[in-house]
Amino acid sequence: MNSPSETKIIIAGFGGQGIVLVGNLIARGALMEGKNVTGMVAYGAEMRGGTAYATVVVSDEEIACPFVEHPDAAIVLNRPSLEKFEPSVLSGGLVLANTSLVKRDLQRSDVSLIQVAATEIARELGNLKVANMVALGAFIQHAKLLRADSIERAIGDLFSAKNPKFLPLNLAALKAGMERSRFVGPAVGGRRS
Amino acid sequence: MAEKVLLKGNELLVEAAIEAGCRFFAGYPITPQNEVPETMSWRMPQAGGVFIQAESEIAAINMLFGASAAGARCMTSSSSPGISLKQEGISYITAAELPCLIVNMQRGGPGLGNIRAAQGDYFQAVKGGGHGDYRLIVLVPGTLPELYQLTMNAFDYADFYRNPVLILGDGILGQMAEPVELTPYEPILDLPPKDYVLDGCKGRPPRVVKTLYLHPTDSLVQHNLHLQEKYARIRRELNLYEEYETEDAELIVSAYGVPGRIAKGAVKMARREGIRAGLIRPLCVWPFPAAPFRKAAQTAGRFLVVEMSFGQYVEDVKLAIECRRPVAFLGKGGGWYPSQEEILEEIRRLSSKAQDPASVKGSV
Repeated sequence: MNSPSETKIIIAGFGGQGIVLVGNLIARGALMEGKNVTGMVAYGAEMRGGTAYATVVVSDEEIACPFVEHPDAAIVLNRPSLEKFEPSVLSGGLVLANTSLVKRDLQRSDVSLIQVAATEIARELGNLKVANMVALGAFIQHAKLLRADSIERAIGDLFSAKNPKFLPLNLAALKAGMERSRFVGPAVGGRRS
Repeated sequence: MAEKVLLKGNELLVEAAIEAGCRFFAGYPITPQNEVPETMSWRMPQAGGVFIQAESEIAAINMLFGASAAGARCMTSSSSPGISLKQEGISYITAAELPCLIVNMQRGGPGLGNIRAAQGDYFQAVKGGGHGDYRLIVLVPGTLPELYQLTMNAFDYADFYRNPVLILGDGILGQMAEPVELTPYEPILDLPPKDYVLDGCKGRPPRVVKTLYLHPTDSLVQHNLHLQEKYARIRRELNLYEEYETEDAELIVSAYGVPGRIAKGAVKMARREGIRAGLIRPLCVWPFPAAPFRKAAQTAGRFLVVEMSFGQYVEDVKLAIECRRPVAFLGKGGGWYPSQEEILEEIRRLSSKAQDPASVKGSV
């Protein structure tokens, strides 16, 4: 972390899991709270089923660098993303794992873990595509970075303009993620509290 | 204050251009600037303007020659290899003194290179690239609010000086999103009437827009002298930069564009450690804002230049201070960028040396 007020986030998963949307909503939520924010999306040969990631920097101060090499938080929606980004998370940082698709514990003992069965919960809600919103809900609940109502407003703005009929489902998914997730602190003596 | 919007740089550029009255866009797709033509393709018709996906970059720049000669505010955009293709057309447009905006969201080179961000086209932008003794006004925003403002201003500079303006960005500036307040366009200059445009000569003498000067024999000399006078005037009048903590700085860090903002972060970190570092971040690189560098060279012991290329911008810094101070260099190329930590490390190394006068000697 370059300054105490700056939080760098990576959101990663399969292309098609809605990675970019999660980054977009975090950025819009931060904007609503009057924070500075930069966002970027990996723009290589990304495709459905391949890996995709987005990065967001949220800060109370002027943001110098929009790149995220070492995130404070990594939101990983699939196993390959955990392999790729777990080592890069800052010590004392946070990993959010979609436990439906990530079936292993963290290798790092110096970071916190948020567990949420995002894909299973999305399936229960009737649409696999909202797994990203479930994960976002879990992140908002435990990361204490942004207020839930900011994210709800951001979702409202985005969906009312484009797809109003999907708004209730996405808000329900956000809420489910907030309620049905678990925060596990850093491992002490090899065991997570 | 109006509400801020969150857009990618490439999309924001389109909003700024349309807000400033640009009504003609021609371009050809290339990553990482594809959102420019994509957004233009639907925004320009909404604004009553013309969007053309040209058959090539070369066609697009030549369409600008025509659009500008007809009096339209016009622009094209591309990324490095595509900008190389446009060079012939750019030379012709400068010769004909036609205003337009060209945007280069640079990617890694040389050749087809890669699609990551780079600054390897600096020489091409500021030293020529096309043939002949010409100059482009080259603007280098480092943040999205700057990109929005400078894009609008670019059309004013172009019309005021009757000269093409190049926005030299990079892939990151185009791809990153950052909140910006979409302020209304206000001309920043008292714009002269366009008394050269070819809009039908009924009731007035015909006009000619041309770039071939064969008769009389010395007409091209006269034309070049006229251009040089104009460039000298631009040099006197246009001077855009940000200075940060330079007053008492022992070390001046300089970078432009996205590395400029990263360098600013590194300078802040260095200040927190008690290192007297300062920053000069140009917002235009032609004309080069030499004055703040010259002034800083009177008090600062050394300079550090950072760029996303292997030593281009650094030459202009050395020229600006006439090599009176040692200039260290941190360059990344091939689509890579310097991190804040790397810049800070270099600042630390240089500042400890700066405290030991013996080591400064001969370290150039």
